Amino acid sequence: MALALQTFPTVRDANAALKASGTRYLGGGTLVVRATNEGDVSVTSLVRSTDPSLSAIEIAGGKARIGASVTMAAIARHPQLGAIAKAARAVGGPAIRNMATVGGNLFAPAPYGDFAVTLLALDATVSTDDGELPIGDFLAKRDDNHAIVNSVSFALPKAESFRFLKVSRVKPKGVSVLSIAAALEQAGDGAISSARIALGCMADRPMRARAAEKALIGKRLDRDGIAAALASAGEGTSPITDPIASAWYRAEVLPVHLGRLLLT
Amino acid sequence: MAKVPVQFTLNGREKAEFVEGGTTLLHALRDKIGDTSPKGGCHQGTCGACSVIIDGELKLSCLTLAETCNGATITTTSGLAEAGVLHPLQRAFLDAFATQCGFCTPGMIMAAKVLLDHTPNPSRDDVVEALSGNICRCTGYEPIIQAVLTAARANSQNAA
Repeated sequence: MALALQTFPTVRDANAALKASGTRYLGGGTLVVRATNEGDVSVTSLVRSTDPSLSAIEIAGGKARIGASVTMAAIARHPQLGAIAKAARAVGGPAIRNMATVGGNLFAPAPYGDFAVTLLALDATVSTDDGELPIGDFLAKRDDNHAIVNSVSFALPKAESFRFLKVSRVKPKGVSVLSIAAALEQAGDGAISSARIALGCMADRPMRARAAEKALIGKRLDRDGIAAALASAGEGTSPITDPIASAWYRAEVLPVHLGRLLLT
Repeated sequence: MAKVPVQFTLNGREKAEFVEGGTTLLHALRDKIGDTSPKGGCHQGTCGACSVIIDGELKLSCLTLAETCNGATITTTSGLAEAGVLHPLQRAFLDAFATQCGFCTPGMIMAAKVLLDHTPNPSRDDVVEALSGNICRCTGYEPIIQAVLTAARANSQNAA
C-alpha cells in the first residue's frame, strides 16, 4: 500500500502533521520502514523534518546536546563524545549506524535500543516541543508520546566514570542478549559515591537497576564490594524472551555480566 | 495515490522515475530502474544484502525510501566494473572463492568498498567490523575477509 511522505522544514510543522491518525515520524527508517516492510498497515503516512537543529551536536560547559536525527555513526566518530562512542558503535553494523538515529533509539523496543540504555545511565533529558522530561519518565510514557523528539542532553561523563557492555552471541556484532551502562562516581578512597546503572533487554524498554545502585554506595569495586549489588541486580526486572535468549537465561547471566563490567 | 518523482545519480548516470509513495530504494532500483545488484533478503535491516552507497555512506536500500534520495549520488555493485574490467574487489572475490550462492556478494562488496575508500590498508579486525552488518550463509566469512584484504593489497600496490 502506498505511503504518503511529507517533509517539513521545521519541527513545529512536522508536529502538526503528526497528529493525523496513522501517521508516524520517519527518522533513519530502521524502525518505521521495517514495520511497513513487515506489513504494518496501521502506518498510512509518514512525516519527517529537515530542521537543521535535529542534526546538530553541541558541546559546551561539559554538557552535550545531541539532535534527534544525529546518527549512531556521527556519535561514534565525534571527537568529544569518545566516552560514549563504544555504546554508539554497539548498535547494528556500519549501514545501520549510518541510518539509526538517537531519537529513534528512544523508541526501539527490546532487544534494540542499546544507546537509550546509555542515555538512561547518563540521566539524559529528552526535549520535545511539549517540554523537557527526564529520560526515565520519557521512556515510561513513550507509547503515548505524540511529539517529535528534538534532542537529548546530558552531562558528559569522564571516560573513567562511564562503563558500557553489550552482550551478543554473534561476534563481533549481534542482537543484544542484554546491555548494561553504568555511570559511577568514586570518592578519593575508591568508595562509590554515586551510581546509575541502566539495563537493556531486562524489560520491554531500558530500565534502572535501582537496588544494585543502592547496594554499591560506599562500597569499593572489588569482589566483596559488589557482591550485594550483583545479588540484587535482577530486582524489578522482567526480561524479554526472544530468539536470542529466554527471560530465564537473561536473568541468570545478568549478575555475571554486571560483575564483569564493574570489575574491569 | 499520486506517484512521486525521484531523481538521483546512479553509478554516474542520471536516473528519474515516478514511484508510489513509500517505495523503498531497493524496490525502485530493482523493479523500476532495473539494477538488480542490490538483493532483497530480510527487509528488516538484518542481513545487509541490499547495501548500497548513498553520498559516500553505506546504507540499507530496503529501509530507505526512494523519495528521500532525491539529488543523491548512489553507487551499487553493478556500477563498479569499468569498460568490462572488474573492480579489484570483484576480482578478489572471484579469485578467493568468496562467492558461493552469491546472494550476499553485492552487499559485501559495497560494505568492503566503503571500508577501502576510507581505510586503504585495513587490518583484519577493520575488515571484520566493516562486514559485521552483512550475513553470509555459505562461505563461513573467511574467504570474504581474505578477498577484501587481497583487494586492499592490490590497491596499495597500484598506488605505489
